[in-house]
Amino acid sequence: MNWPLLLLLMRVITPLSFVTIGGGASIIADLERQSVTVHHWLTTGQFLDLFAISRASPGPGSLLVSLIGFHVAGVAGAIVASMAIFVPTSLILYVLAHIWRFYRDASWQHAIERGLAPVAAGLILAGVYSILQIAEGGAMAWIVAIGAFVALRWLRANPFVLMALGGAVFAIVGMYWWPS
Amino acid sequence: MYREFVERRGWFSESEFLSSLAICQAMPGVNVVNLSVWLGFRLRGTLGAIAGFCAMIFPALAVIIPISIAYTYWGKYPVAHHALAGIAAAALALTINMVSRITVSAVRRDVVACVIVAVIFVGIGLLRVSMFELVIVVAPLSIGWAFYRQRTA
Repeated sequence: MNWPLLLLLMRVITPLSFVTIGGGASIIADLERQSVTVHHWLTTGQFLDLFAISRASPGPGSLLVSLIGFHVAGVAGAIVASMAIFVPTSLILYVLAHIWRFYRDASWQHAIERGLAPVAAGLILAGVYSILQIAEGGAMAWIVAIGAFVALRWLRANPFVLMALGGAVFAIVGMYWWPS
Repeated sequence: MYREFVERRGWFSESEFLSSLAICQAMPGVNVVNLSVWLGFRLRGTLGAIAGFCAMIFPALAVIIPISIAYTYWGKYPVAHHALAGIAAAALALTINMVSRITVSAVRRDVVACVIVAVIFVGIGLLRVSMFELVIVVAPLSIGWAFYRQRTA
């Protein structure tokens, strides 16, 4: 087992655990920077693939982290990466649950919620921007993304159906028109 | 989770569940994992929290590992990569849909919140500053501001 690599994986991902504010989507920008630009674990194409897989699979969207872990160091990597992302925040919550037993006051809770909301919004916007930077298919990607957005917002379409359609359109167009 | 915990088994009242959910959404962490730990603790203390954590993580890992293995075999074929790029484009729309709602409600009638969104976006998206370091500085300021506004409101 490659211990130095597993340790590095843990050291990269653990700090990100504390900034998963508003869910897994908030850490996409930094995950991309760390795994593609800094450590060269993945190419941008592979990162895009893993992002797509994580969004199309059941379970929390933050499983992107586990996918990267698997790619870097196999099953052990997937387990280490998942623990690194989920354990620190779960421990915080565990401590908080103890405190909560004795001291209940909702005012700090509202302040944390309201204070973290703009931070989460900025983080997720940065994540969207970084995925747009590495997106493939040029105009096609834009058409699919905008079409899916409209269908989601105004037609209340099923997200999984939209992702399947997006994948099918790209696969067909890609095989016939893009050089492989 | 609401259906299982409140409606089917009656382990929590509706208001208990909703206040737990609010706390779990306010804290960092993935909401469903947070909620499992929190509700597990409320039911059975430390052991319940551990059980909640494991029950949320391990089934997901059991799904993701076979998918990863499949990807290492088929990921190299162009058709798989094209299809995934299409899924990514549609998935991006989901994220945009979510973030547009969050942003609008976060910045409503609050100039400071607008500045915070802009600082985080520019810092991480454009300047590529380390996420942990920027958030560790900005988040407490933002929470402090929310406290201040709550007091003066």
